[in-house]
Amino acid sequence: MIEIRNLVKNFPDRKVLDGISAEIKDGELFSVIGPSGTGKSTFIKCLIRLIKPEGGQIIVDGQDIASTSSEFTLAKVRRSFGYLFQEGALFDSLTVLENVAFGLKYLTDTPKSDYPRIVKEKLALVGLKDVEHLKPAELSVGMKKRVSLARSIAAEPKYMLYDEPTTGLDPVTTGMVKDLITGMHEKLGITTVVVTHDLNLALEISSRVAMLTGGKFAEVGEPAKFRRSENAAVKEFMEISHLSRE
Amino acid sequence: MNLAEALGGAALMLKSVAFWMFRSKFEAKETVKQAVKIGVDSFTVVALTSFFTGMVLALQMGHSMKNLFNEPMYIGTMVAFSMLKELGPVLTSIVVAGRAGAVVTAEIGTMQVTEQIDALYTLGTNPTRYLLVPRYIAFMITLPLLTVFADFIGVLGGCIVGMVKLGVPTSVYYDDIFTYLEVGDFLHGFLKTYFFAFMIATVSCYKGLNTKGGAEGVGKSTTEAVVVSMVLVMVLDYFISALLVAVGI
Repeated sequence: MIEIRNLVKNFPDRKVLDGISAEIKDGELFSVIGPSGTGKSTFIKCLIRLIKPEGGQIIVDGQDIASTSSEFTLAKVRRSFGYLFQEGALFDSLTVLENVAFGLKYLTDTPKSDYPRIVKEKLALVGLKDVEHLKPAELSVGMKKRVSLARSIAAEPKYMLYDEPTTGLDPVTTGMVKDLITGMHEKLGITTVVVTHDLNLALEISSRVAMLTGGKFAEVGEPAKFRRSENAAVKEFMEISHLSRE
Repeated sequence: MNLAEALGGAALMLKSVAFWMFRSKFEAKETVKQAVKIGVDSFTVVALTSFFTGMVLALQMGHSMKNLFNEPMYIGTMVAFSMLKELGPVLTSIVVAGRAGAVVTAEIGTMQVTEQIDALYTLGTNPTRYLLVPRYIAFMITLPLLTVFADFIGVLGGCIVGMVKLGVPTSVYYDDIFTYLEVGDFLHGFLKTYFFAFMIATVSCYKGLNTKGGAEGVGKSTTEAVVVSMVLVMVLDYFISALLVAVGI
């Protein structure tokens, strides 16, 4: 379980997270939505301490990582996470095989001889085959996202974080990524956190949805309840997204 | 970014490099890859630079000596002294800063702006361990080696000009060198390259890690890294030379 208590993060010109609290239960698919620039990526990066918050607690399986400066504590906690970056963040200089096997090398004790088999399995799970020898520059945007997802799940994380998984994708690839997120969540039982500005996606796939605005969660609830929210920010976002409240 | 901020940031980065240098498993494959990129790929430019520098030194000194003494005297000694103590290490460092330093900054900078550095954290490794330590080791190994090659090639260039243009026999040229040159003269230049290598690695890596603002930011960081490295090579050269002279090397 991930507990977030009173999380605060400031940038020089503004307060991005202003005392956010939430509980993400094991097995849950929790989405954070909001317009661009509201601090969604900051929030998800704080969860894995890629960004250090100024205040509050982030308790992952009983361990508070918000204020620790121990590289080893952070590395240990990060082992339970997979992270899908907005642009994939594949290593340009490595092949697909080396990219997907990267986590196996540093996060697990898997023998090197097993890498090709595991990589093949993970790529198959995201619907790719025979791409092991390619470099990221030779892949389409959708393929990069899928390889990145295969890399994130290779070491079998307990938690999976998705940062704007459908940004910049065409509708077909968006649908495919949506299926992958729900597939990974259902097949592997991974506790999942998605940050997105795609309200439609969030309402379709999530167990609970949170609306981030003004540095706080304006509304948190199950999709059905979320749709009927009377919160002004939620109502406005629903309208902008052309979604009905039913 | 002001100077105090940059120095503080660089100091923290060095602390992290020192920590991971001795605490982590040696990244042999990545280190060899970087040594090839920094050393082997810079060899041709270093060789050409030092060859022509040796040639022009012999030419200028030969004519000056002819004007003064009617004989192109001590050409070998002067070319070798200049190459081994100053021009070999300094020119090699400048070439490496401009070529390999730029590559390192651009590569790390691109990784920074495309979140690949963050990805390293999420995949169980520290960027210092995976990116910086191999590059520091590669710079520290290859720059001194390149300098040794540059010294030899420069002296050879001087020898060719001495022989062809000034009529100085090869035996006289090398006799001049071995009569007046001491191991300390070679060490003076050679030891300086470790300071230069350390400085170039620090500037290149630091600028790369602090890149912001997409492709434009990568270009800006790369230019800054090259300019700062080149200026610092000159500044450090004076102070390290003064220090080495003070301790008798």
